[in-house]
Amino acid sequence: MNSILEIERFASRQHGLGNVPLSAVTLAIGAGELVTLSGPSGCGKTLLLRAIADLDPSIGTAMLDGKHRDQYSGPEWRRRVGFVATESAWWTARVGDHFPTPPAGDDLSALGLSAVVLTQDVSGLSTGERQRLALLRSLGNRPRIILLDEPTASLDHESTLCLEALVRAYITSTRCGVLWVCHDLTQRQRIADRAFQVDDGALRQVDKTEPKWVLSH
Amino acid sequence: MGVVPLSYVDLVLAATLVLLLAGISFALSLGITRDLLIGALRATVQLLLVGLVLKVLFAHASVLWISVMALGMVAVATREVYARQQRPLAGSWGIGVSAGPLFVSSFSLTVLALLIIIGPDPWYLPQYAIPLLGMLLGNAMTAVALGMDRLTTSAVQQRDQIDARLALGHPWQQAMSGLQQDSVRVALVPIINAMAAAGVVSLPGMMTGQILSGTPPMEAVKYQILIMFLIAAATGIAALLAISGAARRLFDERQRLRLDRLQPAP
Repeated sequence: MNSILEIERFASRQHGLGNVPLSAVTLAIGAGELVTLSGPSGCGKTLLLRAIADLDPSIGTAMLDGKHRDQYSGPEWRRRVGFVATESAWWTARVGDHFPTPPAGDDLSALGLSAVVLTQDVSGLSTGERQRLALLRSLGNRPRIILLDEPTASLDHESTLCLEALVRAYITSTRCGVLWVCHDLTQRQRIADRAFQVDDGALRQVDKTEPKWVLSH
Repeated sequence: MGVVPLSYVDLVLAATLVLLLAGISFALSLGITRDLLIGALRATVQLLLVGLVLKVLFAHASVLWISVMALGMVAVATREVYARQQRPLAGSWGIGVSAGPLFVSSFSLTVLALLIIIGPDPWYLPQYAIPLLGMLLGNAMTAVALGMDRLTTSAVQQRDQIDARLALGHPWQQAMSGLQQDSVRVALVPIINAMAAAGVVSLPGMMTGQILSGTPPMEAVKYQILIMFLIAAATGIAALLAISGAARRLFDERQRLRLDRLQPAP
C-alpha cells in the first residue's frame, strides 16, 4: 500500500491538559483510506491534528507523498494537509468572502445547503451550517489529507450522514486520505477503514466494532 | 521682549492649586489622591533634574554628551512602550522591536531637520536638538505603544481566525493583514487628531511656549507646522516598522502563529 501521509515518533510540542500527552505517534494513512481516532477528552487528539497540520511546533518526522515536511513551505503543507477545527472560525462577515472560488452547487446541496448561503452573513448561520461550510472551504484546496476534528459534533443525524457521504465521495474521486477524530462508536463503525484509540498516551489500532471504549461525554 | 521670569514663590502658588485638588479628591474619596500627589512630585523632580542637565549640556555643546542624553531618552521611551502593553513580546525581541524603530525614526528625522531644514550653527546645537528629539520621540513612543498593544491583544483575541486562515494555507501576511492595518491606524490616530485640532481647539504647547517667550506669532506658527509634520513622519515610520516587525515575530519560520512568544497573561 502506498502511503500518502506518514508520521513517525511524532508528537506536538504544545502542552495539552491530559496527564499523559500523546507522544511518539507512528501512523501511515494510505490513498483512499479513512482512519478514525478516538479517545477521552483531553488526551491530545486535537493537538496531534494541529501538529500534523503544522499549526503547532512538533517533534518527529512527517512525510507527505514521500517527501519530508521540510521540503514544503508551511502554507504549501497546510494547503495539502487540510485541517478542519471542531469550531469553525470566520474572518469577514460574508460567507462567500471565505471562498476564493465558490464551491460547486452539487457539493453545497449534498450538504443540504443552497448557493444563497454564500451571500449571507456568517453570524446568521447555525453552528452546523458553519461546520459544513468550513469543510467545503477546506476541500477547495483539493487537499491530499484531510484532518477532521469531530466534524459532526454539532450536526443532526441526517446532516451527519450527508457529511459522511460527501467525505467518502471526495475520497473516492481524489484518492486522498482522511484522519477523522470521532466520538461516536456507531459512526466509527459506519465510516472507518481502520480505527485507532488513544490509550495512556499511545495509539492502539482497534477493531472498528470493538465496543470496549466508553464515551467520555 | 524676553520672558517674564518666574520666582519659586509663583510655583508654590501653583502647587497649592494641585494640593487643593488633592484635598477635594480625598474628601470625595475618588481614590486618586495618592497618584495625583506622586505624579505632581515626580513631574517637579524630573523637570528640575532635566533643567539642570540641559543647563550643563547647553554650556558644553558636545556631540558626545548630546548623544548620551539622546540614547537615554530612547531607553526611557522603550521602557514606557513595553510597560504600556498588556502582553508584549517576550525577551530581547520585545525590547528591540520598539527600541529599533523609535531610534531610527526619531534620530533620522531630528538629524534631517537640523541639517537640512532648520540649520542651526553648529547643527547639533542642543537648544534645538534635544527639544526636537524629545517631541518626536514622545509622540512616536505613544504611537508605537498604542499600535503594538492593539496588535498583540487582537492577535490573542483572534487567534482562531488567524489559525483558520493559516490552516487554509494563507501566508502569514494574509492571515494578519486586517490586524496589521488596524494597528497602524490606531497608532496614527492621535497625531491625525492633533493636526486636525491644532490652532482651533488647542494651541500646541511648543507654539504657546515660543509666543510666551516673545517670538513673533507667525514665526512660532511656522515652527509648529514644521514640528507637526516631523512628528507625523516620525510616528508613521516608527509605527510601521515596529508593527511589521512585531507581526513578523508572531510567526515562526513555518509561518505558525506563536502566541507563546508573548509574555504570559497576568
